[in-house]
Amino acid sequence: MAYLEGNNLVAAYGVVPILHGCSVEVNKGELAVIVGPNGAGKSTVMKVLLGLLESSEGSVLLDGQDIGSLSTQQRITLGLAFVPQNNNTFPSMTVEENLEMGAFLRDDSLKHTMDEVYSLFPILFEKRRQMAGELSGGQRQQVAFGRAMMTRPSVMLLDEPTAGVSPIIMDEIFGNIIDLKSSGKAVLMVEQNAQQALNIADKGFVLVSGRNEHTGSGQELINDPAVRKQFLGG
Amino acid sequence: MEYLTDIINAFVLLTNFVLLPALSYGSQLALGALAVTLVYSILRFSNFAQGDSMAFGTMIAILFTWFFQQQGWVISGIPTALFVIPFAIIVTASYILLTDKFVYKYYRKTNAKPITIVMASIGVMFITGGIVRLIIGPKQHFFSDGARFIFNAREFKVFTGLSEGLAFKTSHLLTVTIAVLLVWFVFYFLQKTKTGKAMRAFSDNKDLALLSGIDPDKVVRVTWILAASLTTIAGVLFGIDKGFMAQQYHLLLLPIFASVIVGGIGSPLGAIAGAFVVSFSEVLLTYAYKKFLIYLLPQSLEPNSLVQLIGTEYKYAISFVILVIVLLLRPTGIFKGKVL
Ligand SMILES: Nc1ncnc2c1ncn2[C@@H]1O[C@H](COP(=O)(O)OP(=O)(O)OP(=O)(O)O)[C@@H](O)[C@H]1O
Ligand SMILES: [Mg+2]
Repeated sequence: MAYLEGNNLVAAYGVVPILHGCSVEVNKGELAVIVGPNGAGKSTVMKVLLGLLESSEGSVLLDGQDIGSLSTQQRITLGLAFVPQNNNTFPSMTVEENLEMGAFLRDDSLKHTMDEVYSLFPILFEKRRQMAGELSGGQRQQVAFGRAMMTRPSVMLLDEPTAGVSPIIMDEIFGNIIDLKSSGKAVLMVEQNAQQALNIADKGFVLVSGRNEHTGSGQELINDPAVRKQFLGG
Repeated sequence: MEYLTDIINAFVLLTNFVLLPALSYGSQLALGALAVTLVYSILRFSNFAQGDSMAFGTMIAILFTWFFQQQGWVISGIPTALFVIPFAIIVTASYILLTDKFVYKYYRKTNAKPITIVMASIGVMFITGGIVRLIIGPKQHFFSDGARFIFNAREFKVFTGLSEGLAFKTSHLLTVTIAVLLVWFVFYFLQKTKTGKAMRAFSDNKDLALLSGIDPDKVVRVTWILAASLTTIAGVLFGIDKGFMAQQYHLLLLPIFASVIVGGIGSPLGAIAGAFVVSFSEVLLTYAYKKFLIYLLPQSLEPNSLVQLIGTEYKYAISFVILVIVLLLRPTGIFKGKVL
């Protein structure tokens, strides 16, 4: 049994069904990647795991405990952190305040974690008094990533953390993600750069129309001719 | 020399009848507008019940004032209504939290459109207005005791030797002082405290606030309590200044909304600036300038009429016209708020 599991999830926005029984899982110290075409339901799976969207069937387990009926806030308290795909900063608050808000549930001193974020993303230190809404798209991604790190979560859920960032920052973010997993966190990530992501992934899930089309280790998926043909461009 | 005295007299006149009244009226509007802005930014709807909530808070303060006076718990010189404000806030905040529990909460949970919640707030407006009239009646009440003046017109004349008097009312000093302190407190609270920042975060990006572990129920509760405090204080200050009448408070909704829109919807600083634009326009346009001009102009040019631009009975129309002008020329308001 994995640390975080979503089993046979079925979910809909209103009456439009999106997920038709898809499953994802990730263990501590592991990186799992969800790939798939646009509109496959990747972000929707994340929302269900976090309780932002209710599933009509299936279960969400954290450390063997069913958290499916808990509110988002309760799940955060249990150690989940999320970087959404869109609107992942507080635009009219400063970079520093964004980080502070990430650590909202913590009562101890934030200095250490904040210094850690600043040393990972030096540009954020430079811009710490600036509104997040005034940053470039890539810089905002870094703020979003930093904000999620502030909770010191045990599970990081990242929805396309490298969308719109330059190759250098992308490598940096992937580097951070590997650091996160080696520090014992469970990391579940949705990624468009499927090749690169599967390369560093322990597990991969290929989602199509709300179903698992392929599941396996990162290497297995990369080597699977069907996956190569459909998603990795030959 | 005589002409110089005339000029001074003219400006004393203007201070007495325009500057001071507009400053205190503006402060009262500003507090009300700040409450509307808070509710708008965080709960995402324009609260039509604002005027009647101010009436409710003031009514509670009046009831407490009467009770205190009956018990003899008064301090000479200071309006009793000021001391009872904390009690009035507790009752008003409880009432407003009840309206949230029984009305607004449902619409929040069902993710209703803002316009639906606005309609609900109109319902709350009628109910609140009804409760106020049921308890204290529709008549006017004056409840300000204590010293009326820091110095009155006669004292000023004797002191300065001018022919124009300047009356500095206690209520004006109180209004402006309390408003400044309160505005400072609200900004400090929003900028510096953890709860205040959580409220801004919630207003900025609600989903991300939830994802950061911010408790939405607490944000909503604190918002209402803060709004109720501003509302009660605004109402009491207005009442100490001009007396209390349910209908008049109900009508305050128009200048308050005008302030919010003129300043820029959702901008707290804008709400305050807007309030003074509205109050000064109202007072300047309804003031009769005859005496002022007599002081300034040579005898041959002295006006015979009152030189009043707009009759006092049209003062609410002024808010309305300002509203229309701003919406046509600069829909984002002074401080670039949201466009409706
Ligand atoms: N808030 C919403 N309301 C209604 N339908 C939605 C909503 N969000 C997403 N959908 C629909 O659900 C489907 C899956 O969306 P989802 O965001 O999960 O896709 P995705 O796999 O993350 O795609 P992408 O790679 O483009 O991010 C899409 O068809 C989309 O139109
Ligand atoms: Mg997506």
